[in-house]
Amino acid sequence: MIMNENHDLMIEYMHEFLDEDIIPEHEVELREHLKTCPECRLYFQELKKAVALVQSTANIHAPKDFTQSVMMKLPKEKKKNEVKRAILRHPFWVAAAVFMILMTTSMFSAWNENDHFSVTKAENIVIENNTAIVPEGKVVKGDIVVRNGNIRIEGTVEGNVTVINGEQYMASAGNVTGKVEEINQVFDWLWHQIKNVAKEVLSIFE
Amino acid sequence: MEEIVNRRISEVLKGDQNAFSEIVELYKDKVYQLCYRMLGNSHEAEDIAQEAFIRAYVNIDRYNTNRKFSTWLYRIATNLCIDRIRKKKPDYYLDAEIAGTDGLTMYSQVAAEGVEPVDEVAGMELQNEIQREISNLPDKYRSVIVLKYIEELSLNEISEILDLPLGTVKTRIHRGREALRKRLRHY
Repeated sequence: MIMNENHDLMIEYMHEFLDEDIIPEHEVELREHLKTCPECRLYFQELKKAVALVQSTANIHAPKDFTQSVMMKLPKEKKKNEVKRAILRHPFWVAAAVFMILMTTSMFSAWNENDHFSVTKAENIVIENNTAIVPEGKVVKGDIVVRNGNIRIEGTVEGNVTVINGEQYMASAGNVTGKVEEINQVFDWLWHQIKNVAKEVLSIFE
Repeated sequence: MEEIVNRRISEVLKGDQNAFSEIVELYKDKVYQLCYRMLGNSHEAEDIAQEAFIRAYVNIDRYNTNRKFSTWLYRIATNLCIDRIRKKKPDYYLDAEIAGTDGLTMYSQVAAEGVEPVDEVAGMELQNEIQREISNLPDKYRSVIVLKYIEELSLNEISEILDLPLGTVKTRIHRGREALRKRLRHY
């Protein structure tokens, strides 16, 4: 009985030894015991052999095109990631694009908001039912912009005339020294805005 | 090695899918071997090993870079293998027709395995025998034995991979060794 208990203890020490987790006292005890006990010696041999056999199984390698097939099966990169990466890689272009979007939307809303009649304030302009009139014989100095209305020119305008969302009528006696422009489309309006901005920008450099 | 891996992982996290191929290249043999020893056949091993890498890629944002990448990856692979073993148990009847074969059943498969070419190297036969004994271990012993003796991992790493207390890992390795001793003592 004492012998059996000792065997069990020794087997436990064998496992501790194989786990490289044995304290020196246990190792000494195990070695001493193995010298005198052929039964335990055989048992220990069998354990070590089992481990060695498992370890002897040859290293096997993944099939040749393993990496390639994994890469082909990966889900496509997420849209979110693509956007994130675009921002990280091209911060300037993303900022420019965002700026353009904001600009255009604000211009569109500017176009849509201003649907009431307005005329550049100037002397000698008479207003009648959404129509600005430059009376015969009178001279308006400077540019005129009419929004959401018409203009009738019977006198002289010393400058440009711009009509947004309206028409201009020129009487035979009427005279405009600058350009006359009618803008009725959103894109015309945009183009006009851009030209103005460009002109302003250029004038800075002049 | 861990440094290279962590650098590649941060590239993957930034969305660079190609950086992942280097990670696969580094670990493919280890992961494939783990799956092969767990499952006992090359077809399933390839299937599960690929799945492990795909899962790692999809969940890469959950990987904690302060820990070892291999531990995390082996954990995914081991869990997939254990799932596969548990799933296939009930539907592996010997007379069931094998998918994709013409009337071939597991009987013929087993028979074919038994009859090996005469000139086959004796070493190969022994290898197959050992693999069969590993495959015959209950899966809780099999996983610790494979991780310890095939992947040569420390007991601490094994306890982390399997999410088991160190004591449990030790007990299972002892039991696994005992089982192998009984089965392999005659070789």
